Amino acid sequence: MPREDVTKWLRSQFMPHIWCPGCGHGIIMHAILRALSSLDKDPDKTVISSGIGCSSRMPGYIDTCTLHTAHGRSLAFATGVKLANPELTVLDVMGDGDCSAIGGNHFIHACRRNIGVCAIVMNNNIYGMTGGQASPTTPLGAFASTAPYGAIDPPFDICRLAIGAGATFVARSTIAAPQMCETLIKKGIQHDGFSVIEIMTHCHTQFGRKNKRARPLDNFNFFKEHSVAKSKADGMTPEELEGKYVVGELYYDDKKVEYTKNYEQVIDRAGRLSK
Amino acid sequence: MPKAEFWQGNKAIAMGGVDAGCRFFAGYPITPSTEIAEVMAEELPKYGGKFIQMEDEIGGIAAAIGGSIAGKKSMTGTSGPGFSLKQELLGYAYISEIPLVCVDVQRGGPSTGLPTKVSQGDVMQARWGTHGDHATIAYAPSSVQECYDLTIKAFNMAERFRQPVLMMADEVIGHMRERIEIPDASSIGILDRKKPKCSPKDFIPYLADEDDDIPPMAAFGDGYHWHVTGLTSNDWGFPTNNAEEIDKKIGRILRKVDRFRDDVVEYAVETCEDAEILVVSYGCVARSALRAVRELRKRGVKAGHFRPITIWPFAGDELEKIVADRGIKHVIVPELNMGQLFLEIDRVIHGRAKTHLKTLLNGELFKPAQIMSYIEEVA
Repeated sequence: MPREDVTKWLRSQFMPHIWCPGCGHGIIMHAILRALSSLDKDPDKTVISSGIGCSSRMPGYIDTCTLHTAHGRSLAFATGVKLANPELTVLDVMGDGDCSAIGGNHFIHACRRNIGVCAIVMNNNIYGMTGGQASPTTPLGAFASTAPYGAIDPPFDICRLAIGAGATFVARSTIAAPQMCETLIKKGIQHDGFSVIEIMTHCHTQFGRKNKRARPLDNFNFFKEHSVAKSKADGMTPEELEGKYVVGELYYDDKKVEYTKNYEQVIDRAGRLSK
Repeated sequence: MPKAEFWQGNKAIAMGGVDAGCRFFAGYPITPSTEIAEVMAEELPKYGGKFIQMEDEIGGIAAAIGGSIAGKKSMTGTSGPGFSLKQELLGYAYISEIPLVCVDVQRGGPSTGLPTKVSQGDVMQARWGTHGDHATIAYAPSSVQECYDLTIKAFNMAERFRQPVLMMADEVIGHMRERIEIPDASSIGILDRKKPKCSPKDFIPYLADEDDDIPPMAAFGDGYHWHVTGLTSNDWGFPTNNAEEIDKKIGRILRKVDRFRDDVVEYAVETCEDAEILVVSYGCVARSALRAVRELRKRGVKAGHFRPITIWPFAGDELEKIVADRGIKHVIVPELNMGQLFLEIDRVIHGRAKTHLKTLLNGELFKPAQIMSYIEEVA
């Protein structure tokens, strides 16, 4: 059972949740709640935004200010919330389709602006809610209902995309390492800028049954076997890292000024010039 | 003291927004509405407000909705192609009941069409562009003064009814410059959204007050926790598949505007008392039409003019009454589209007068002489 400091963040009246038994999203939600609780965040001043999909149903179960938006658009909504009231702690939870397909433009621009939002990307390599279609992170050759002969579209590396686009805290973990998830989410929330934490999770129902990972446990073992710590990965060749998930803190920059703080400068300048 | 300005319509829309209390604007550059964003970028920070140029049109309306949820009066602006792109999230704001003003400075279409030329091609899109049923409030300004005044009204209506309100301007009105009067700040009536009076623990976010069918709205950060979703939801704001809860929600978001229709609907009439021929037009077309009607009146032609100021809700009952009571024989409807509002006009007149649709799709304006000839044809 979760700790009391965690359960007080739950809207248990809206349970049971929609996720399949054995889904990885619960592990991520638990890690987020532990992180919020241990940072002593005030639910009155915390906003969790999401898009559409299984993962994006998460905010509904969390007792804070929650915003379940349209597919792919959650970061654009979150940008509006954060800029309108920078005092709020803003998290954005989304799936791989939300983040890297329909919402890809909002994602790279949130990175570029370095707006103070902590984005948690739950990457299960598939569109689960709609029945297992290929996503931009479906591995080459993997099967999906819209890739019945194996995926031929090369997948995105969401963390490299985030670093390239200008995010200032980028990290990766997997649901097989819930403690690491909590630690990284905590750092992401505390970071003054745009942070991205990609968490590899599974959809055994839709991805697993077509790709020999049909049981939740198959996926735990898969993630354990395929994770490589950043410190170790630094000494490995690209060939050795093929098919592996480099986990831990991947990128950190505390020099770039957060977006809403830059806007305060705009307000100052406008005030001076109009006098 | 009111002060006079010589402004462009787009500037008047932006300044009307600022004076209505708009403190958040998110948008994307697009001709012929870009000046609205440019004025907002310059003006809003002077008031401690925020402007953001988003990565695309959808991001523009998304961020504006986010700004509104965080408690700021919010606005976005666009034109044809961008208005098409914003439709999904207009629906989001209708169902989740978020106040917002969205400006569409209409240009020729379809698609990229005529970026620098005028049309009224988005009238039906304003009404039905987003999927699903919803109550539309849309203003069609016909002068720079109305750009300013109606934007203030649009904000007041958005705040009052908790939903998007559309400013359906057009390229001519948006780019035209004329003298306008800016009233004293103290004389401008400003409405703000209702806030909850109960304690946060008793707050049921979508439980509407019976007297107006509108739920009080807390901003994120006010101490009230609530869930905003585009899914059809119950009083708790939580998604529902229960038929009774769905009926309750959809019925209410339609009824909340419909029952106060008379507070919303606006129109202007000229020389209708003894008219036999009525011209119905709106936006920039009404300027040429009024000129034509006034000229012909001088020559003894019994012509009148009816100008919808809200194109949605449409002043159908009022138009029907004028046509029936005054015994009007001919109704002429010049539109810069294939008759989008004509369909509604013809429906309410229901054979009581002969209706004549006049269309123009090439980006030009109706000249007063053209409209005079339409009137003379039936006189």
